[in-house]
Amino acid sequence: MSYESARRRRGLFILATIFVLIVIAFIISVNTGYIRLTPLELLNTMLGKGTDKQELILFDFRLPRIVISLLIGAGLAVSGAVMQGVFRNDLADPGILGINAGAGLMVMLMVSFYPTTNAAPVFFLPVIAFVGAGLTAALIYVLAYKRHEGIKPIRLLLTGVAVAAGISAAMIVLTLRLDPDKYQFVATWLAGSIWGTSWKFVLSLLPWIVILVPYVIYKARVMNVLNLGEQTAVGLGANVNKEQFKLLAAAVGLAAASVAVSGGIGFVGLVGPHLARRLVGPKHQLMLPASALLGALLVITADTIGRWILQPSEIPTGIVVAVIGAPYFLYLLARTKS
Amino acid sequence: MNQQATAGKGQIRSADPVKFRSRPWAATLILIGGLIALVFGIAVSVSFGAADIKLSVVWTAVFQFNPDLTDHQIIRELRMPRVLGAAMVGASFAVAGAIMQGMTRNPLADSGLMGINSGAGFALAVCFAFFPQLPFMYVIMYSFIGAGMGAGIVYGIGSLSRGGLTPARLVLAGAAFSALLSALSEGIALYFNIGQDLAFWYAGGVAGTKWFQLKIMFPWIGGAIIGAIILSRSISMLSLGEDVARGLGQRTGLVKLAGALIVLILAGASVSVVGAVGFIGLIIPHLTRYLVGVDYKWIIPCSAVLGSLLAIFADLTARMIIPKHETPFGAIIALIGVPFFLYLARKERREL
Repeated sequence: MSYESARRRRGLFILATIFVLIVIAFIISVNTGYIRLTPLELLNTMLGKGTDKQELILFDFRLPRIVISLLIGAGLAVSGAVMQGVFRNDLADPGILGINAGAGLMVMLMVSFYPTTNAAPVFFLPVIAFVGAGLTAALIYVLAYKRHEGIKPIRLLLTGVAVAAGISAAMIVLTLRLDPDKYQFVATWLAGSIWGTSWKFVLSLLPWIVILVPYVIYKARVMNVLNLGEQTAVGLGANVNKEQFKLLAAAVGLAAASVAVSGGIGFVGLVGPHLARRLVGPKHQLMLPASALLGALLVITADTIGRWILQPSEIPTGIVVAVIGAPYFLYLLARTKS
Repeated sequence: MNQQATAGKGQIRSADPVKFRSRPWAATLILIGGLIALVFGIAVSVSFGAADIKLSVVWTAVFQFNPDLTDHQIIRELRMPRVLGAAMVGASFAVAGAIMQGMTRNPLADSGLMGINSGAGFALAVCFAFFPQLPFMYVIMYSFIGAGMGAGIVYGIGSLSRGGLTPARLVLAGAAFSALLSALSEGIALYFNIGQDLAFWYAGGVAGTKWFQLKIMFPWIGGAIIGAIILSRSISMLSLGEDVARGLGQRTGLVKLAGALIVLILAGASVSVVGAVGFIGLIIPHLTRYLVGVDYKWIIPCSAVLGSLLAIFADLTARMIIPKHETPFGAIIALIGVPFFLYLARKERREL
C-alpha cells in the first residue's frame, strides 16, 4: 500500500512539473512573434491595462492560437493513448492508422465546396471530420479483420498505412480542381499548421476535448483491465467489445476534432503516451492525464519553435512535430519486439 | 514465397545447375507480345491529348519531321519525351522492385514503401532550394545519394530492431522515415518558396519530361537494367534464402552489394524525373512472378516490359479522366496499388 501511494505521489508530482513546464512554454510562446510582449506587459494586458495594440495581439492573435495548440495536443495524445491501450500495440497512433487522413479528406471536401470565412461551417468542421475519421476507422477495421483471427495489430498498422496512402492520392487528385487561393489553404492545411486561429475555432473544438478527455480518464479503470488481455478482461467481467467500441469512438472523436482545426499533425498521439508511460507508469489513472499534458506541451513547444526559428516566416507546426516525432517512432520501432 | 522456396529446394538435391520452376514460353510470349503492345501503347499515347493528332501524322512526325508544323512540334517536344519517360520510369521502378523482393525475400518490398523514393525526393528538394542552377546531371547524382541514404537508414533501423527484420517492420520504418523526410522537404519548400515546383514534382508527373533528361537518364537506367539481367541468376539463388545461396557457392555479400547499387540507380534516376511514384515496384513483380514463375532470368526482363506498359497506360488514364486537367500520374498508380497492397497484407501467411 505504501509503495502504491508513494508511486501515486510521485506521479502527481510529475503531473505538476509538466504543468509548470506548460506555463513556462505559454509565457515564452506569448512572447514569441514579430512583436514581443515582455512578461510584465503580458500581465498588464491580461489585467486589462495594456495598450490597444497589445490587447489586439494578445487576445485576437496569440492567445487563441496557443489555446488551440494546447487543446489539440491534449486531444491527439489522449486519442493515441486510448488506441494504444485498446489495440495493445505501442505503435498505434491516429496519424499512422490513417484516421487523420480520413478526417482530413472530409475537411478538404468541405473547404473546397464552402467558403472558409463563414461562421456556421466552422462549428460543423469537427463533426464533418468526425464522420470522415469514423468511416476511415471502420474501413480500416473491416479490411484488417479476418475470420478466426480477428484483428492482428500488425495487420491493422499495415492496413492503416495503405489506406492513408490511398486517401492522400485521392486528396492530390482533388487539390488539382481547386482554385489557387483554396489550393494554398489546403497545402498549408496538409502540412499541419494551426490555421483556425480565432476564438470561434476554440469554441468549436472545446466541447469535444472537455467532454471526451474526462470521459476517457473516467474509463481509466476499464482500460487497465483491457490491458491485461482480452481473455483476462472477459474473466474479470468486462464487456470487452462494448467497452472497446466506446473507447475507440471517443478516440476517433478526439482525433477528428483536433485534425479539423490543426491539419495533418502526426506523431503527437504516439510520442505523448509513450513519454507518459515512462514517467508515470502504465496505470491509466495517471497515464492518461500525463499524456494529455505532455501532448499539450509538445504542440505548444513545436508551435513556438515553428514561429521562432525562421522569423518572420513560420514553419507549420506539423513539420516541427514530425521532425521530433518521427525519430522517436523509429527508435520505438527498433526497440519493440514483434 | 513459401511455395517458391520449397519448389526451388526440391530441385537443388536432384541437379546442380539449379533449375527454377519457370514458364519460358509464357515469358517469351510476354516479352514479344509486351513489346508489341508497348509500341502500340506509345503510338496511341502520342496521338492522344488536348489536340487529337492522327496516327499517320505521328508517323510522319517521327520519320519525316517538319519543324514548321505545330502538330509535329507537339509530338516531338511534348508528347514523345513524356511517353518515353513514362516507359523508362515504369520499367525502372518495376525492375528495382523485383530485385528488392528477390534479394530480401520480402513480399512487401518496394522503393516507394521503403524510404528510397522519399530519400531521393528530399535530396531533390535540397537541390531545388540551395543549388537551383545545378545541371541535371548533378541533380541525378544527388538523387542517387538521397536514395541511398533513405534505403540505408530504413534498412538499418529495420535490421537493428529486436526480433529482426520482418517485412512489416520495414514498411513501418519506411512510412515513418518518409513522413520525416517529406516534412523536411515541405519545410524547405515553404521557406524557399519553391512549393509549386515541388508539389508538381511530388504528385509524380511525367508531363514535364524533357529530351535532355531522357538522354542523361537513358544510359543509367539502360545500364542498370542490363546489370540486373546479368545478376538475375544470383538473385534467383538469393531468393531461395541466403544460406542456400551461400551453400551453392555464391558470394552473397558481393551480389547483395551489386543488387543494392542497381536498385539505387534505378530508383534514384526515376525519382529525379517523375517524383516519388510508389507501388509500381510492388505490383509488377508480383504479377510477373504469377505469370512466368520464379526464375529471375525471366522475371526481370518481363517486369521491365510490364512496368513500362503499366506506366504508359496510367499516364494515358491520367490525361483522360478529367480532360484539360492533368490528374497526377502517381495518384493513378496509388489507386491501383493500394488495394493490391491491402490484398498482400491480408494474404501473407507468414507472421508479418
